[in-house]
Amino acid sequence: MSEPRPTSTASAMPVADPMVPTPYEVVGRRQEGVDTVTLTLAPTGSALPTARPGQFFMLWAPGVGEVPISLGGTGSDGTIEETIRVVGAVSRALVGTAVGGTIGVRGPFGTAWDLEAASGRHVLFVAGGVGLVPLRPSIAEAVARADEFLGIGVVVGARTPADLLFGDLLADWGRSGVQVVTTVDRGDRAWHGHIGVVTEVLDLVDLDPAATTALVCGPEVMMRFTAQALEGLGVELSDVQLSLERNMKCAVGHCGHCQLGGGFVCLDGPVVSADRAAPLLRVRER
Amino acid sequence: MKPIADLLAEHPFFEGVGAEELTALAGIGTDVRFAPGEVIFREGDAADRFFVLRSGRVGLEIHAVGRPPHLLTTLSSGDVLGASWLFPPHQWQFEAIALDETSAVALDAAELRRHLDADPALGYLLVQRFAGLLVKRLQAARFRLLDVYGDV
Repeated sequence: MSEPRPTSTASAMPVADPMVPTPYEVVGRRQEGVDTVTLTLAPTGSALPTARPGQFFMLWAPGVGEVPISLGGTGSDGTIEETIRVVGAVSRALVGTAVGGTIGVRGPFGTAWDLEAASGRHVLFVAGGVGLVPLRPSIAEAVARADEFLGIGVVVGARTPADLLFGDLLADWGRSGVQVVTTVDRGDRAWHGHIGVVTEVLDLVDLDPAATTALVCGPEVMMRFTAQALEGLGVELSDVQLSLERNMKCAVGHCGHCQLGGGFVCLDGPVVSADRAAPLLRVRER
Repeated sequence: MKPIADLLAEHPFFEGVGAEELTALAGIGTDVRFAPGEVIFREGDAADRFFVLRSGRVGLEIHAVGRPPHLLTTLSSGDVLGASWLFPPHQWQFEAIALDETSAVALDAAELRRHLDADPALGYLLVQRFAGLLVKRLQAARFRLLDVYGDV
């Protein structure tokens, strides 16, 4: 990851000290699934720069800690939406913040999805689990600009039907002409989607592999298999974008916690092309 | 209704197979349809057909005493259904059930094996293609074992 991507966002870095959280008030809270919540955050003072889909914020639960969370959406009133799954103490504290409570926000950081690269081509979004969250604003943008693409496909995998996020949105996208394919690892006869991993259903989306740009987000193992499967279908790895996930702490390339190969995920990522990321995803960690 | 040979020619499993071979295979094929909930085959029954799925959705289930049926995977348009017809003892290992209105071409398994034996070039092509599908499904099963969505 030595070369910065064209989508690197040096110009979008916050003007304020990037290490100092800006207070945002929780103005909305929506339960998305068993353990996932979407918070709507509004600045209590000056707002942070507008984030682009794929970028992330550092969210600080005062007295508990700070975690990186990808942008879930941006409101026209300066609010940001963050969808958070409970996986530890900080995320639990964040989703437990009541409406009216305050959260510290730093960012936006990192690289963004390059949706423009898909202009005039098929665009395929492949999401696994909460990986649908960072893709959601880009999918919404693609749907709004549908006539600029040859076609739009969305493939979503989850553990069980109950773990699938944004069911209403998926239905809306399907009604608007997006090819939506859902699959789960475990389901029963009542489930109307597929059973299996995302790699098994990629070929259900009608697209021209040679003219396809894919945006993939999910657990790294899932992204690795998905990139391989897309390559097997004939999609160039350079046309596949992945969103890496590492232990980001400072988010400005100082602490080194998110170092991967020769770069830092917080600066050179999280969005990188698969041809650059594939070797890194096979790095053995001890 | 389209001729069986045309239905086979449209299916990705038979891509690249010549018209003459497709016509011969069509002679052992039947256009079949299944209603939602209809059992296509049961575990332990003779694996006497090979299904080329055209539309719909099929679930593969395993049944165990004292447990509800476990839906292992789903297959749909563009997939083929059934591996046990190719290997002795030619008995289904799972139950296949139509989850949606499903259409397929069913090829007679014994006749199909005879065709593949008699035409080694066709046999190699289709068995190679079949092996590719099995490897893909094996890799997917291993991928699923990782339970990647568990703790992210």
